[in-house]
Amino acid sequence: MSKEPVAVTGIGQTKHVAARRDVSIAGLVREAARSALDDAELTWADIDAVVIGKAPDFFEGVMMPELYLADALGAVGKPMLRVHTAGSVGGSTALVAAGLVAARVHGTVLTLAFEKQSESNAMWGLSLPIPFQQPLLAGAGGFFAPHVRAYMRRSGAPDTIGSLVAYKDRRNALKNPCAHLHEHDITLEKVQASPMLWDPIRYSETCPSSDGACAMVLTDRAGAARAPRPPAWMLGGAMRSEPTLFAGKDFVSPQAGKDCAADVYRQAGIADPRRDIDAVEMYVPFSWYEPMWLENLGFAEEGEGWKLTESGVTELDGDLPVNMSGGVLSTNPIGASGMIRFAEAALQVRGQAGEHQVDGARKVLGHAYGGGSQFFSMWLVGSMPPDA
Amino acid sequence: MTSEEAPAARDVAVVAFAQTDHRRSTAESSEVEMLMPVLHDVLAQTGLKTADIGFTCSGSSDYLAGRAFSFTMALDGVGAWPPVSESHVEMDGAWALYEAWTKLLTGDADTALVYSYGKCSPGSVRDVLTRQLDPYYVAPLWPDSIALAALQAQALIDAGHTDEPALAAVGARSRADAAANPHAQLKGRQPQGDYVVRPLRTGDCPPVGDGAAAVILAAGERARELCARPAWIRGIDHRIEAHGLGVRDLTDSPSARLAAEKAGVFERPVDTAELHAPFSAQEVILRRALRLGDDVRVNPSGGALAANPVMAAGLIRIGEAATRIHRGTSDRALAHATSGPCLQQNLVAVLEGDPR
Repeated sequence: MSKEPVAVTGIGQTKHVAARRDVSIAGLVREAARSALDDAELTWADIDAVVIGKAPDFFEGVMMPELYLADALGAVGKPMLRVHTAGSVGGSTALVAAGLVAARVHGTVLTLAFEKQSESNAMWGLSLPIPFQQPLLAGAGGFFAPHVRAYMRRSGAPDTIGSLVAYKDRRNALKNPCAHLHEHDITLEKVQASPMLWDPIRYSETCPSSDGACAMVLTDRAGAARAPRPPAWMLGGAMRSEPTLFAGKDFVSPQAGKDCAADVYRQAGIADPRRDIDAVEMYVPFSWYEPMWLENLGFAEEGEGWKLTESGVTELDGDLPVNMSGGVLSTNPIGASGMIRFAEAALQVRGQAGEHQVDGARKVLGHAYGGGSQFFSMWLVGSMPPDA
Repeated sequence: MTSEEAPAARDVAVVAFAQTDHRRSTAESSEVEMLMPVLHDVLAQTGLKTADIGFTCSGSSDYLAGRAFSFTMALDGVGAWPPVSESHVEMDGAWALYEAWTKLLTGDADTALVYSYGKCSPGSVRDVLTRQLDPYYVAPLWPDSIALAALQAQALIDAGHTDEPALAAVGARSRADAAANPHAQLKGRQPQGDYVVRPLRTGDCPPVGDGAAAVILAAGERARELCARPAWIRGIDHRIEAHGLGVRDLTDSPSARLAAEKAGVFERPVDTAELHAPFSAQEVILRRALRLGDDVRVNPSGGALAANPVMAAGLIRIGEAATRIHRGTSDRALAHATSGPCLQQNLVAVLEGDPR
């Protein structure tokens, strides 16, 4: 068995904002798709199939919106798949699309993920009462805050770490024209003085609600050879899931995340991620998840992740930059957030990340997670094809 | 690399299939409780355990469950520990099977568990499905699924392709065949009933019901180890059409025809077709689009007119077709699934048994 190598030759994003009142959902996704096609210098006719993803349908109030979006995404007459794996969906969607190319089912695939949160009320969408099930009363922050506490207790991390991450990511966002939050007057003191929402998570350490879409053109070796700009090559990709709640589940460092990373590293021939990977776009919706995921992904020993953050290693000019784009903390169209991580990783190895480019980024990890820290999807992209 | 040099694609087969007894209401059980026996059944048929499965993929809809992230609870039922390689489509399980098939083709897995489920009983599925429509211009008018199917049926009658007695015969034949299907919801002689929305009568419409289904796929020799007569997927493809009914010819299904062509349906005759046609007129349209002659056994299970658990009904068509190959009652079967109003999206698979 051999797989077809998969290349990213087109990337497009909308400018992410709190509410895109000037476009419909269809208008929003078409903007990102059009931008990805332009980047690849392709037309709708060059696309063999479309794979789209988003977080729950309740967020916009449209059931199975791929049906309505078929026209806007040029999918009429083509295969169209719709992926939904909670918060990890943007990553999973890209991986399903990549699978079509890798399996040689299609040569060139358009993949897209979006959320237009302003259409509806995400908090309502997550809070429908379900008989015989524990209600999620306090939003996502209420679910994750106790696990951050557990991390702090376990690792002995000082309570300043979370604000350092938020301050870094919001400053990085200033260099990314697509980022939602552009807080030009951000200071560390302002982050630390922001209201406490779910102790220890402060307001400025949480992600915004955004409208936005992200699209990529994935293609095979022949497609990459025709690409006008350097492609990003997929060197490894994997998904892992584990149950929501069970005795023995480690919410601080879930086994599914470790297994997913290990699979990606095995595929990509990564022996030491800290040494072999140049930068990471990591799914960090609450700032404390940066040190937590640094450990889960194998960049630091257990209990040591916060030291990388504290010493500046994860800064844009650090030794292992994390969330150069500003991350989920600066931009969160939920269903698209995972794909933005994947796309930003690809932008880096293509050398196309503009002001937030990491010099010499050759291997970059894109990471997404969702549900109760139970769904993981990741890919590692490189500037050289896998057999080079 | 040219296509000549490319290694031959792997052979992938359906090796096991299980489904619930589909019922009007399962108020006493949750989705997970409805799904669990089906998962146990399909695993038991192959002797596999969850940890042996290379890839898991499911299909369902939050709008039927009435809650966001409903599939997470179903995954808990699978017993995803140690962690599994897993994905989910917010579509009928037939598309989950398609995703799993591509995963097996890449060689990343040798076996896959595919499942899907839908409980229509908690709400009015007729109303719920209106939320699939264009959210700005159409959904606010709440045109329901039966009204849209009636538009399609009337267009078909107006075009001279069928008439009301012929449609009634489709329903009667489906339910007569369903008498031999222990899982079907509507079996045997049923009254054609009154008009629901002209020209569709009760008998032209699917029953509203709850149900789940699961399939195991395996590649190459693994399939032969797990099943005496694997149902090889010789081709599978799916296509979507425009959403707006006004820009489609409702009397035809070009996407089903194209998917069938890409799946290789027209290369050799099929002996069986399991069509996901929830409304009687849709069977007429699909028979024409898929060029099915009178010698093809259509919907021996009774089809969606006998049981239509939304999100599982398409996967069930693939499972029913595969089961006939497993049993030796079919050598080459077509399986079809649909999604969206008036056959907007269609998937077609060709399943074959080894020559006898």
